[in-house]
Amino acid sequence: MSWTRIVAMTRKEVLQIVRDPRSLLIILVIPLIQLLIFGYAVNLDVKHVPLCIYDRDGTQTSQDYLKHFQAIDYFNIVRESDSYPDIVRSIDHGVCSVALVVPPQFAENLQSSGRANVQAILDASDSNSASIGLGYAQAITQAYSSEIRIAWQQERGLTVGAPNVTFEQRTWFNEDLESMANLVPGVIAMVMAVVGAFLTSLTIAREWERGTMEQLISTPVGKLEIQIGKLLPYFVIGITDTAICAGTAVWWFGVPFRGSWLVLFGCSMLFLIVVLSLGYFISVTAKSQLGACQMALLATFLPTFLLSGFIFPIDQMPVVVQWVTAFLPARYYVSILRNVFLKGSETRLLVPDIAALTAIAVILVILATRSFRKRLA
Amino acid sequence: MRIREAMERIRQMLKKEFIQTLRDPHTRWILFGPALIQMFIFGYAATMEIKHVSLAVLDQDNTQESRELISHFSASRYFRITKYVNERDELRKGIDRGDFLLAVEIDSGFAQRLRNGQGASVQVIVDSSNSNTALVAIGYLNQVGVAFAQHYQIDQIGRTAPQLVSFVPQVDLEARPWFNEGLLSEWYFVPGVIGNLLLIQIMNLTAFAVVREREIGTLEQVMVTPIRRWEFILGKTVPFFLIGCSDATMLTLIGTLWFGVPLRGHIAVLAIGVMVFLLAALGLGLLLSTLAKTQQQSMITAFFFTMPMTSLSGFGTPISSMPLFFQRLSYFNPLRHVVLILRSIFLKGVGLEVLWPDMLLMAGFAFLMLSVSVLRFRKSLE
Repeated sequence: MSWTRIVAMTRKEVLQIVRDPRSLLIILVIPLIQLLIFGYAVNLDVKHVPLCIYDRDGTQTSQDYLKHFQAIDYFNIVRESDSYPDIVRSIDHGVCSVALVVPPQFAENLQSSGRANVQAILDASDSNSASIGLGYAQAITQAYSSEIRIAWQQERGLTVGAPNVTFEQRTWFNEDLESMANLVPGVIAMVMAVVGAFLTSLTIAREWERGTMEQLISTPVGKLEIQIGKLLPYFVIGITDTAICAGTAVWWFGVPFRGSWLVLFGCSMLFLIVVLSLGYFISVTAKSQLGACQMALLATFLPTFLLSGFIFPIDQMPVVVQWVTAFLPARYYVSILRNVFLKGSETRLLVPDIAALTAIAVILVILATRSFRKRLA
Repeated sequence: MRIREAMERIRQMLKKEFIQTLRDPHTRWILFGPALIQMFIFGYAATMEIKHVSLAVLDQDNTQESRELISHFSASRYFRITKYVNERDELRKGIDRGDFLLAVEIDSGFAQRLRNGQGASVQVIVDSSNSNTALVAIGYLNQVGVAFAQHYQIDQIGRTAPQLVSFVPQVDLEARPWFNEGLLSEWYFVPGVIGNLLLIQIMNLTAFAVVREREIGTLEQVMVTPIRRWEFILGKTVPFFLIGCSDATMLTLIGTLWFGVPLRGHIAVLAIGVMVFLLAALGLGLLLSTLAKTQQQSMITAFFFTMPMTSLSGFGTPISSMPLFFQRLSYFNPLRHVVLILRSIFLKGVGLEVLWPDMLLMAGFAFLMLSVSVLRFRKSLE
């Protein structure tokens, strides 16, 4: 191993990157755009569910009930229907995703038997919003029920009182329940996966495809030197991206940062080593840029997006899928990041995650180093 | 005569493309493998529902009432009581370690306050490091609280005035989930996944195919042949259009046969929707190829486009919850239209009478992309 050769190799790679300033700019800007989208546009909580109402009773009571849906910003009453076909049409056309039908004799039933049913028709083609919307509607209906129950008791002079259980919630770690704070770790992991695996997987594959690999092989540079020299610039880009992401999240969006910067950057470097080695391994195996790109997508970006627990909670997945996630570096990295940003718990608690990440890193580095043969074939 | 010659040249070009694309097993795998694997991961892993929130309980009251409340938690299908603790400190530590998501602490005097008709409060700690799960859990929590209070109140009325119990007023909400009766998240995700995969797959394949020729230098060789530019573009895009069609067929079959998603609409409408969308994806791919000199560049630029497109397509989060500006912006996103179209055809079973505006917007986008890229393509060669 010679430092001069590594430096030369790195220099060549850096020149190649710098010669294409647009790509470099995009790489540095992608995390910002993703953060802006999550910060300003996409919200994981469901609000302003478009609602149609069809009041077949038309009494004071039914209007009173429906008024409860106006007051809250969970719902947005977009239409007052006057027939079932109109509701069918509204739901088919996507005008509303929930329709409430108050039956005729709603007030009368409530008066005579104490029971009344309201129908909530849900456009469950979006099952997630539908079940959340149903939850809101149920909460409103329950609140209405308990209101009329109290009035009913008072009319009859029953002195039972209105028992009321309230939950005094203290939300720990993310007090304002900001979905932004929740997403930042995932965005960082995703960006690292893209930079690490995609870009590196293409660099080696490109040399094979263009035939410059032959020239490289004929020089005295060793395979370990090629590996380090090739990966070093991307390592720096990755760390820069992490810093941009974390800085924007903390100083622009006000995401809390409770752990130590040391742990953040230490673990980020560890994760970068993992994805870089993975990208290197893929590119050596694939030998075409298209193949490398697709394999990198499958091996890094998708699992980071889907299986790391960043959007979809791991403990809700089928058991077999949960086992699969145990082999995913992104899962441990996201868990560490969440800790560093939100929980700020002692580093001692992070040891299992860090150990798992280290183990994966060691295996992948060995795998990547062994896969590359300085030979033409 | 002229037309026959043109047809002949396109035929040769197509032949070359097909041979090049289907030559080695590696590339053949790339055409279908990734889409297949992604479909399965999505189908199984992507679930937004939260069914069993892990919960720890500290009961310092130990009365009939407090136990009743706890049994409301254990009976709820949303909660799973994982631990009964004796000390407050254990709740704290457990939340720190992430052993459970929710810690419920019932103080002594809970039953007393209830009997007095006062409001009784229960302390809850929620681990909100995943804010989405935390929000859902808080919703469930309040449902349990309301149900318990209602139960308790009716119980009390039954003691003081038994003849009135059956008249206690109550409004029930009957849920009628249309289109996806079991509220299954696979049904929700699968149609959207088809749209996303087609976009990424076809856009990248097209862009890579053109850029690779440019990168290796074979593009110049093709250009010195008598082939015209539009013939070249046609020859490049038709194979990927066909590949896109077969990908779509494969994904639709997996969606319906494996994941059991119903296909309620007309298959012809589905075909039209997919084909128009494929044209838009091809257009984007061609545009990308005019913007990039190397494959690496084209891939990075592709990412630059696809990340916002996916996030703003309504695929994972409803468009109606976005700020108005982004809702309007999303009309320019072909992915938004195709996700809506696919979902509507699969689950709602509606046809062109409902979907024509989205189809039209998508077709407009496709036309725009294709013409811009054809115009730019000319210049980029010279």
